[in-house]
Amino acid sequence: MPTKHLLKIEDLHHSFGSNQVLKGVSFSLNKGETKVIVGPSGTGKSTILNNIIRLVPPDQGKIYLEDTEITATKKINEVRQQIGFVFQDFGLFNHLTALGNIMVGLTKVKKMTKQAAAELALNELDRVGLKEFSDSYPSQLSGGQKQRVGIARALAMQPKLILFDEPTSSLDPELTGEVLKVMRNLAEDGMTMLVVTHEMGFARSVADELIFMEGGHIIEQGDPEQLFTEPVHQRTREFLFQLTDLYGEGGA
Amino acid sequence: MGQIFSQYYPLFLHGLGVTIFVTIISCFSGTVLGTLLALGKIYGNKFTSRLVTIFIAIIRGTPLLVQLFIIYYGLPGYGIRLDPILAAIISFIINSGAYQAEYLRGSIQSISANQLKAALSIGMTRWQGIIHIILPQALRRVIPAWTNEFIYMIKYSSLAYVIGARELMTEGKLLASRNYQFFNVYLVIAVIYLLVIVIFVYLFRQLEKKVTIP
Ligand SMILES: Nc1ncnc2c1ncn2[C@@H]1O[C@H](COP(=O)(O)OP(=O)(O)O)[C@@H](O)[C@H]1O
Ligand SMILES: [Mg+2]
Repeated sequence: MPTKHLLKIEDLHHSFGSNQVLKGVSFSLNKGETKVIVGPSGTGKSTILNNIIRLVPPDQGKIYLEDTEITATKKINEVRQQIGFVFQDFGLFNHLTALGNIMVGLTKVKKMTKQAAAELALNELDRVGLKEFSDSYPSQLSGGQKQRVGIARALAMQPKLILFDEPTSSLDPELTGEVLKVMRNLAEDGMTMLVVTHEMGFARSVADELIFMEGGHIIEQGDPEQLFTEPVHQRTREFLFQLTDLYGEGGA
Repeated sequence: MGQIFSQYYPLFLHGLGVTIFVTIISCFSGTVLGTLLALGKIYGNKFTSRLVTIFIAIIRGTPLLVQLFIIYYGLPGYGIRLDPILAAIISFIINSGAYQAEYLRGSIQSISANQLKAALSIGMTRWQGIIHIILPQALRRVIPAWTNEFIYMIKYSSLAYVIGARELMTEGKLLASRNYQFFNVYLVIAVIYLLVIVIFVYLFRQLEKKVTIP
């Protein structure tokens, strides 16, 4: 390894029964980079993210977080603390307030005191612009607010890297902007992020690299602008243009 | 009727005390057993899950009275002799646990798997996720079913009279066989059960309101 990657994925394979989903995927992220993965639905994007934190352990291939081989470690819970995950459907804990959602990981996993956890949680809520919603329950928040709580929850664990699985896909169009804005700020603050999204405006303006996947393979990856303007593969052009038609250029 | 009560109220109150004691212990312990069974069925391996299914099927498929007799009259054959109240409590816990396991299973499964995924994603163990995320929600949702279970249990606890546990029904029967006022005695008993049930239903409604998540 010439350069030291924060996340390195080597030859990832995964099948669900006879459905071969990932057929050898490799890529890496350096510290501070944001990479965006796009591709048609069912192509294995979520599977990659789930493989990374072993919510679904991969069949074959290696994944490293710095020097730790995630695919081999016995301390997966420690690895998961270092990798944030933001879900399409938010994954908020419905019985806890916004503040409680963020605190529970700090008190139960990191064993922080209630007071220290509350202080940190409030800071993270402030960072996503939701300080005044700390006592609201998930059912009392809009989709965009829920997702921002989800991001704050991930942030509070002080991860080295955050994975986003279509963070704006369950949102009404008018609510995607507030979430994308938070993500853009994170990228600017130097957070390392791997983002599955169809928001091409976000990809073009924020991503260091765009990865286009189809059929369990990476078809093409590179500078987003280049993939849009002069892709090597005709298929990349077709897909990206189709996406832009569907979702527009919008997004932060 | 009022006269019967005022004349013999220590008997009735003693019986009522035993009834409520047996019911509360059985119901709460039944919840603990039911929770363990439900968790074993949902999150356990194939073997555990199968075992729990069979256990629940047996308990729900046989009369409570038969279970009570096996424990009270059957176990002494193996050297285990139990006090009637203890025998009643044990058989009620087992019975209630099996029923509550089914309520809880439904309730646990109605909480989206995504919340457990989210819990794992922040580094919780599976067990932490179940304890801190899944159960607090599942137990809230099960309160209405649990209220019904409690009402059944108060009434079923009267079955303990057949093995001579001195709960409300037994006290009534003993009294009636002495003073021959069957109608009045059993009427008093019916009214006591009714009052107690009304009060507990009210208390559980309050509890439900208090812990409801917005
Ligand atoms: N838990 C699962 N069990 C079986 N099949 C699954 C499971 N999760 C995903 N799949 C299948 O794997 C394929 C890839 O899914 P996914 O990674 O979610 O794709 P994407 O996120 O790119 O839309 C799909 O065909 C999907 O049906
Ligand atoms: Mg997906």
